[in-house]
Amino acid sequence: MWLDVGSLAAIGGVLGGMLGVASRYLAVEADEAEAEIQAMLPGSNCAQCGFVGCSQYAAALAKHEAGVTLCAPGGRAVAEALAKKLGVHADLSDHEDVGPKVAFVNEELCIGCLRCAQECSTDAIVGANKQVHTVIADVCHACAKCFKVCPTEAIEMRPVPKTIGAWHWAKPATGQQPQH
Amino acid sequence: MKLFPIRGGIHPDYRKEATSEKAIVALPLPARLYLPVQQHMGAPASVVVEVGAQVKKGQLLARGQGAVSAPVHAPASGTVIAIGEMTAPHPSGLPQLTITLETNGKDEWAELPAPIADPFAATPAQIKERVAASGIVGMGGATFPSAVKLGLGGQYKLEILLLNGAECEPYLTCDDRVMREYADEVVDGARIMAHALGAPKIVIAIEENKPQALEIMTKAASAFANIEVGGVPVQYPMGAERHLTQAITGRETPARKLTADVGVVVHNVATARAVHNAVRFGRPLTSRVVTVSGGAIAEPKNVEVPVGTKVSELIAFCGGLAKEAKRFVNGGPMMGQPLPSLDVPVVKGTSGILALTAGEANEHATQPCIRCGTCVTICPCGLVPVQMAAFIRHDKLDKASELGLMDCVSCGSCSYICPSGLPLVHYFNYAKGALNAADRDRRKQEQTKALVEARAARLERQAEAKRQAALAAAAARKAQSENPDANKANA
Amino acid sequence: MSIVVDKSGPFTHAPNSVQQTMTLVLAALVPATLFDAWLFGWPAIFLFVFTVAACMGIEAFCLKIQNRPLTSLSDGSAALTGWLLAMSLPPWTPWWVALIGAVFAICLAKHLFGGLGQNVFNPAMVGRIAVLVSFPVQMTAFVAPHPLFAAASPDFAQSLAIFIHGFDLDTISAASALGFVKTELSRGIAVSESVGKVPSVTDMLLGLHPGSFGETSAVLILAGGLFLLAKRIISWHIPVTVLGTLFLFGTVFSAVDPARYTSGVFQVVSGASFLGAFFIATDYVTSPVSKQGQLVYGFGVGALTWLIRTYAGYPEGMAFAVLLMNALTPIIDQYIRPRAFGRTRKGEPLPLLKGDK
Repeated sequence: MWLDVGSLAAIGGVLGGMLGVASRYLAVEADEAEAEIQAMLPGSNCAQCGFVGCSQYAAALAKHEAGVTLCAPGGRAVAEALAKKLGVHADLSDHEDVGPKVAFVNEELCIGCLRCAQECSTDAIVGANKQVHTVIADVCHACAKCFKVCPTEAIEMRPVPKTIGAWHWAKPATGQQPQH
Repeated sequence: MKLFPIRGGIHPDYRKEATSEKAIVALPLPARLYLPVQQHMGAPASVVVEVGAQVKKGQLLARGQGAVSAPVHAPASGTVIAIGEMTAPHPSGLPQLTITLETNGKDEWAELPAPIADPFAATPAQIKERVAASGIVGMGGATFPSAVKLGLGGQYKLEILLLNGAECEPYLTCDDRVMREYADEVVDGARIMAHALGAPKIVIAIEENKPQALEIMTKAASAFANIEVGGVPVQYPMGAERHLTQAITGRETPARKLTADVGVVVHNVATARAVHNAVRFGRPLTSRVVTVSGGAIAEPKNVEVPVGTKVSELIAFCGGLAKEAKRFVNGGPMMGQPLPSLDVPVVKGTSGILALTAGEANEHATQPCIRCGTCVTICPCGLVPVQMAAFIRHDKLDKASELGLMDCVSCGSCSYICPSGLPLVHYFNYAKGALNAADRDRRKQEQTKALVEARAARLERQAEAKRQAALAAAAARKAQSENPDANKANA
Repeated sequence: MSIVVDKSGPFTHAPNSVQQTMTLVLAALVPATLFDAWLFGWPAIFLFVFTVAACMGIEAFCLKIQNRPLTSLSDGSAALTGWLLAMSLPPWTPWWVALIGAVFAICLAKHLFGGLGQNVFNPAMVGRIAVLVSFPVQMTAFVAPHPLFAAASPDFAQSLAIFIHGFDLDTISAASALGFVKTELSRGIAVSESVGKVPSVTDMLLGLHPGSFGETSAVLILAGGLFLLAKRIISWHIPVTVLGTLFLFGTVFSAVDPARYTSGVFQVVSGASFLGAFFIATDYVTSPVSKQGQLVYGFGVGALTWLIRTYAGYPEGMAFAVLLMNALTPIIDQYIRPRAFGRTRKGEPLPLLKGDK
């Protein structure tokens, strides 16, 4: 009997040991090309993610040291794309609450200094010297750099207004189903 | 007429007896009309009147914008008292730009375009232009600008203009009554549309539960050799354009293509009547027949309603609510949209207003899916609702899309038949909307990226130009300092 | 008046429900159950009542510990599982065999997989197989018919004793037709001979022969099955393919070697063929959702049943065959889907036949 037990235990030990060695030395390194990740980010270097610029955030993402949902101007699209690339699960629940934003110039406070127009990373602000500026909403992606430089605080970041065209049904809540 | 079977579908309780024998009655002109600038698929119309303007019936209030759009005309004479946001007859309850018209009861027509004396001598382009100028959209509920559809004759070789008199939704009888009471107008409009499309043949398809309409339309069409009136089996969704095309011609429209690709264009019978009015009398689309029905309505009726009438006034005209209504629906119970409130206007695509009692709505509490497979058997599009819904429940929308989610027409047959009461169509509507939203987000991201790069390139160019200018200035200064006399002599 | 828009259409629904479906299936089983209750007497009645009650009790317990509403009991699925389990047990099975079967069926095969609609394997069959493998003696102890009020049948008190303690296997048990043929074959007696000694086809159809509690009367099961077909609870695809495949294999092979193989008719009328074809293989949750998939599934069940009956160690193969095909249902569902409207079988849009302008 001891021969039976011993031989099976020995086989199990050898095979388990081989698996352990393989998992350490034959592990496949995920290809986290930093340049590819940086190409997925907007590139406006707005620093809302907490890093100085997009390339720094990309470097951190490549090393799996940063979450994929930190880019606010990128919104859901960027978060989902990064999650897919890095093979992680993106918790998008905060994106639902906050929602996309757009910059808005309060025309009564604007002094026409052109600072925001020069700072805007997508050239979304139009205006001339001493003329009231305005934001082209379709082009603005809410990097908020204009918000930071305006000397009269004439710019506010407003939630994007909901339109009928962009509305869709919410996911049905079926209480009876078990929560997986 | 040879018919072909369509796959799947359901046979609900039609409940059309409440209104099928009631002739169309005209609603007395309301004191105020509320006209949204978007009552059609495509770009919203742009307002051309100002607050305070006196307008006459049929006058242009908003002009169509772009290739896929439609104008809005005044359904009555009066004064424009407001142009602003009002709750849209849309399940979101969101507001949209609406023109408020206070009617003066005089019913004076504006100067209308001249009737086209012989439409069959006119070019298709002229007819298309008249239809476009009259604001005619698909009256079956889809509200696609009819002029755009009439232009398909220029791109496709068409064989049949198929007039959709199926009206497969329960409760609705507006098309039935239009066919019975305005048969000649419908036939005339159909002939004009077929001429514009270059289609040699016209088929008018009517479900067999409308025998009087079949008889009357057959008689109205008997004078014309190229028009055939045929009865189709009573089956939901027989009125869906691809399935009706298959039933009449046996041809299956390939996915992502139009019925025009198989030589057929489908139009609603009420649209044909509107085309007749536009071409023969120059009248724009300003009213439509609406079926007001449902167990909670005191006196169900078919009403000729001026566009812009408030739903609450229409219901009051039909005796108001006799019982408590569980659901208010814009359209039929299968594909109709829930109304966010009764203070919304009737628009060009409103085929029915239903006030359903709890018994009629028959809502089931949701139980777990038992994989009975009935949804697969009855899906008219050959999809697998059970599997798509399971993926959507677990947030795997891409997998659901691979199973054919985008081919789903949201007919509602699967939700209707599911014994567990699963909100299948709700899942699919949610998923389609979420996938479209994700698509929009992705495109916005690409646009942003391109703009950021363009800006960086521009700044680089400007910096380079500055450098060049600085070098040139330095060179010029150097030249001047070395040879001051030459410059003085030149100056 | 305020309106809440919380759901999209449709705003009408067919007058069907899960409960109605289960009730109709139970109704379809009633004739065969009543007949066999009469045929096998009090012990069988106790077995039936106990099994159904045990299944419902265990279901209630499982729902309670998962904090799910107990109202789910009323959908009838646990009762149906218990009913089918009872029908597949030998009629005089003692109570503890039935109880263990119920635990395996409800707790293991149903709730541990996620509850209603989530199980991969047919719960009643899992229960049956579990007790078959664990208690082979009790599970093959068939008895000859002992009609309810006949003289030779046990009375109430004796029946209770049989139900609680089991019965004397040597003196009372009788072999089912399938079992008899298999045993004789292993003793070297040709099938063509032993088939003459089993109950006639008429008896097997009517049910006057030894067998499991519910499966003896093929005619009454068929009547129940046709009722379900008429009510559109099940479709013809699975029953026809299961029975058709059994008949086909039986006929073809017995034509080749009648000494070794039983005939097609024998295959179709004996054992659990009808019960399996109409009630067990047609279980919604564990069978494919598409009609084409169901044809493949039915063929598989029929073929495997025949294989197991003919070559394997157990005389009856229906339960094993069903469980094996249950394992293949997800694959069948993945690869066999209906053709979408406007697309080819591969999923590409249909080619345009005519040229455009």
